[in-house]
Amino acid sequence: MRPGGVLFMLDVNISKKGYAVSSGNTDSHIVLQDVKFEVQNNEFVCIVGPSGCGKTTTLRLILGLDGRYDGHISVNTGQNAGVVFQEPRLLPWRSVLQNITMVQDEPDQPLVEELLDVLGLSNHKDFFPGQLSLGLARRAALARAFAVKPSLLILDEPFVSLDEPTAQRLRQLLLEIWSSRPTMALMVTHNIREAMQLADRIVVFSARPGTIRGEFIVDVDRSARTATGISALVEAFERRFPESDLPDSGVSELGGNPQDDRTTSVTGRTTKLRVVPT
Amino acid sequence: MAPSERFLNGKVNSALVATASMAGFIAIWWIAATFADPLVLPSPSKTMSALWTEAQSGALFVHMGATLLRVVCAFFVALFIGAAMGIFLGLNPAANRVFDPWVTLFLNIPALVIIVLAYIWIGLNEAAAIGAVAVNKIPNVIVTLREGARSLSPELDEMARVYRFSKKQMLFDVILPQLQPFFAAASRSGISLIWKIVLVVELLGRSNGVGFQINLHFQLFDVATILAYTFSFVAVMLVIEMLVLQPWEGRATRWRAVHA
Repeated sequence: MRPGGVLFMLDVNISKKGYAVSSGNTDSHIVLQDVKFEVQNNEFVCIVGPSGCGKTTTLRLILGLDGRYDGHISVNTGQNAGVVFQEPRLLPWRSVLQNITMVQDEPDQPLVEELLDVLGLSNHKDFFPGQLSLGLARRAALARAFAVKPSLLILDEPFVSLDEPTAQRLRQLLLEIWSSRPTMALMVTHNIREAMQLADRIVVFSARPGTIRGEFIVDVDRSARTATGISALVEAFERRFPESDLPDSGVSELGGNPQDDRTTSVTGRTTKLRVVPT
Repeated sequence: MAPSERFLNGKVNSALVATASMAGFIAIWWIAATFADPLVLPSPSKTMSALWTEAQSGALFVHMGATLLRVVCAFFVALFIGAAMGIFLGLNPAANRVFDPWVTLFLNIPALVIIVLAYIWIGLNEAAAIGAVAVNKIPNVIVTLREGARSLSPELDEMARVYRFSKKQMLFDVILPQLQPFFAAASRSGISLIWKIVLVVELLGRSNGVGFQINLHFQLFDVATILAYTFSFVAVMLVIEMLVLQPWEGRATRWRAVHA
């Protein structure tokens, strides 16, 4: 099933990650402790955990946006990472098409056309991002991530604050594209049902300081993950990880995130993380 | 909406209002000139004939050209150096703490002092003239672009880093478009300030240019020619504003115009 050649793998081993609060003492605010997991080739892994447990921080460390932590992360992809942030992060002064093509090292027109087509953006390729709805902007961000032919796909709550039908449509599109060109995929989500629908394996974080509570292997073929199938998986998950404090834990049918407000507030918080300019 | 309000709206109407307003200005000038000493306040027609004389002799174009060249050189030197320094200070808080007092100092040195010192230290030459004008403008550019650099989006910076943008893409696709409004502000205020200072530089130490001519005709008490040069150059600057700066700004901000 796995293609031959180089076997890609992501190996994360963070012994400690702290933020200096005021004194410069990074121990004063520990975000992550003993976070150790890996993503195999062509495996789709979701990280779930309560608000503020350092999920987004973990992604930032993997992407090399923050090098101040104890431990090591090895990404032996040697290739491109396709990233979908919580906000679409498109360049507002470039058209949708330009935003997608500009990340490519070598132009690949057929791939771009195909992505635009699959994601339903063909009629919007000359629009500026400011003219798009959030759902369309997220599609453009997905297209951009796949346009680099990523060997590692990183998704940070890419469907948050969308209405549920739109989010569900985008999840299906993500699976569709990912299945046709599988890569290592690592996605952070608050939504346990979303994780059950997409993932091969779920890594469960504890509350802050974030550490690994365990892993849940979704041993069901994706075609069998219907609304009821997912509900059964969620029940099994909750037996293993009681009080996991996930917003969607109790919802029995697909759709309707009862704690949307909380999800939104997390979006606001995580974007305020300080970044050192380059 | 009241009829008067509707009259003041719209592009065509605002052009009409501007024309009528200028006509009113000339009318008042004309009326005032009929009562005043013609040597002190020449009429618009006398000013026009002075302009014609200067144009026919070719002097008008020689001196306007010299001044325009100095304005353009000083403008680009000031914008380039000021932008580089401003962006650097905006991105480096430590360096900014050290050099902020310098910026304040240079902001407050009178233009005349910089011009005189430039002529003394560098000599009565073109480099000193253009340099002095640029130094007068640079602190304003620094302050504006420093503000711009501070407002650069960390989110877009991260996006560009994870997608491994080249240095060129980083500059032209990510950073400069974000700084565009700040460049526009610096250009707008810069072009008018610079041409005023260029005239002083010419008056003090150059043998051509509009400033030199104004000084000459001041000695001759020829107010008509002074006004002729002034209005000619104002007209040139307005044309630059309308044909260069505004179209450039419109082009650079067209993505913003489409926002709902």
